[in-house]
Amino acid sequence: MRKPNRSAIAAALLLLASSSAMAEVDLSGVWNVRLHEDLPERIPGPDMAEFHGVPINEANRARGLAWDPSILTLEEYQCRPHPSDYFTRFSPERIWKEIDSETQQTKGIHIRKEWQAAERTIWMDGRERPPAYAVHSWQGFSLGKWEGDVLAVETTHLKQSYVRRNGLARSDIATTREHYIRHGDYLTIVAVIHDPAYLTESFIRSSDYALDNKRNIAPYPCDPVVEIVGQPKGYVPHYMPGKHPSEFEYADRYNLSHEAALGGAQTAYPEFMEKALAAKKR
Amino acid sequence: MSMNRNTVSKAKVAALAVAAILGAASVAMAAQPARQNRNAPAAPAPQAPNFDAVQIKVLPIRDNIYMLVGQGGNITLQVGDDGVLIVDTQFAPLSDKILTEIRKISKAPIRFIINTHGHGDHTGGNGNLSKAGASVAGGNMLGPLAVAAQGQGGAAPAGAVATILAHENVLTRMQESIGGQPPAPADSLPNVTYIGDWKDMFFNNESIRLFYEPNAHTDGDSMVYFRRSDVLSVGDIYNTNNYPVIDKARAGSIQGVLKALNHMLEITIPKDRQEGGTLVIPGHGRLSDEADLAEYRDMVTIIHDRIKDMVDRGLTLEQVKAAKPTIDYDPRYGSGNGPGSTDRFIEIVYNDLKAAK
Ligand SMILES: [Zn+2]
Repeated sequence: MRKPNRSAIAAALLLLASSSAMAEVDLSGVWNVRLHEDLPERIPGPDMAEFHGVPINEANRARGLAWDPSILTLEEYQCRPHPSDYFTRFSPERIWKEIDSETQQTKGIHIRKEWQAAERTIWMDGRERPPAYAVHSWQGFSLGKWEGDVLAVETTHLKQSYVRRNGLARSDIATTREHYIRHGDYLTIVAVIHDPAYLTESFIRSSDYALDNKRNIAPYPCDPVVEIVGQPKGYVPHYMPGKHPSEFEYADRYNLSHEAALGGAQTAYPEFMEKALAAKKR
Repeated sequence: MSMNRNTVSKAKVAALAVAAILGAASVAMAAQPARQNRNAPAAPAPQAPNFDAVQIKVLPIRDNIYMLVGQGGNITLQVGDDGVLIVDTQFAPLSDKILTEIRKISKAPIRFIINTHGHGDHTGGNGNLSKAGASVAGGNMLGPLAVAAQGQGGAAPAGAVATILAHENVLTRMQESIGGQPPAPADSLPNVTYIGDWKDMFFNNESIRLFYEPNAHTDGDSMVYFRRSDVLSVGDIYNTNNYPVIDKARAGSIQGVLKALNHMLEITIPKDRQEGGTLVIPGHGRLSDEADLAEYRDMVTIIHDRIKDMVDRGLTLEQVKAAKPTIDYDPRYGSGNGPGSTDRFIEIVYNDLKAAK
């Protein structure tokens, strides 16, 4: 057997070194969302005043209790997409890379969601963030970098939106950190929301996706219409304080303590379970 | 420019002279520092900020429209072959810095200054910036045509000034001494005013409409809509960091603010998915679009409705405050003091609704 050519080995080692140093995992493809985790919240949707597990403050609880779902009939609400921090929970997505033709480096990673045709870019070129006084968007401004095999994304400039689809708010001064973790044909996205206005602790959610390159991301047109004829101009549906029509309906139906249903950081921890079920034991 | 609608009244020369004698900077309703949340330091009582440290930052918005951020109200800048138009002028000590930034974008003369209202943090630079420009006017009212034509490069000959345009009530209010504040200096007063619901202009190949919004932040509020660029500059009726500031001494009202916010929502058209499209420059805070405005309108409406319900039930102001009608919005918009404080806002809404009963 011939001795291996030393320079060829050296070249191969160099190639290996340079490619592993980049540690860039390719996330490209169509990913179909897996909904088994937290299914009741994700598909039928949360109940009214079902706030447990979210580290809300008193202000956010009051917002949730004032929230009348009829607000979604207003023209300004009908075509809103989920914001990027909530979108990790829903809808298949296509991920593709934008490569700078000169340097062949990844300039950005694009994500297109099927529902409401939302698109976002995670900039990988370390560009400067827009100033504080620039416009905000549903998907925000995202910068990403590889931390080992994990894509870490920091997002600012989000529009005000929600942490749960029942009126719990997430403010426009919130920031998020996401981790994209690929295991073969599976992708886990962990989203951490930090909101000094409405959350007392960071709120963390993970969501899973499976590669499904045969799937198409369909178009999703949306055109607002008058949904309720005769609403007075400037009308904003909301419940008056103390006048929520079903504040404890959810808690009572599932025999949970009212404290549990009304949420807050303590309701997110396992040791709270006993308290949550206290009502049932009584 | 064409003035094809509404009466245009020329400045009152006698009033100008009186105001000149009284001249002093009015810093009423000084800039409110952007607050991020209730943990942020409370806004200090209005006082003249340290202008030396202020940097004027320029945000290109669309085509020939820019937003200038410094200290005081946001400035809207529109440039083109016809010259420079600015909406609001911040404080007088900042004029040189503002002019430096404008000159980086356009060397054309400043032709128009539009004031969204009369507060000193929006009109303080009127005098300096109008003197740096020149209007085209007949009858030697504001300087001859030849003088205006020489105004290229910002060095207008003595005597030439840019038009300062505002609602008629702005001129009236700026000459009054209100709340211990002296009247505004003569050279900062509007020299062209309008009455009626709106005023149309055409400048730099663009239709521009000023909408009068009665009794909102003040009784002289104009929103300036750049129709081709699709940018709406709204002054202090809308800001992104505080509850609405309502100047009762100048006949502002919660009803007027709500009406104006709903009017803004009629004008704005999102590009897609409720974002982009018409862009809105607030009096203070960040650039916005319809969705941001809708959130703000909702907040103001919800608080209004709650306080109205309490007024209808006969609650006293103290009882209303104790019921915390703003609790869910305080972390984002509340503040302990200043003209936009939570307490002041509740008081004004309460009194306005009580008076309307
Ligand atoms: Zn003002």
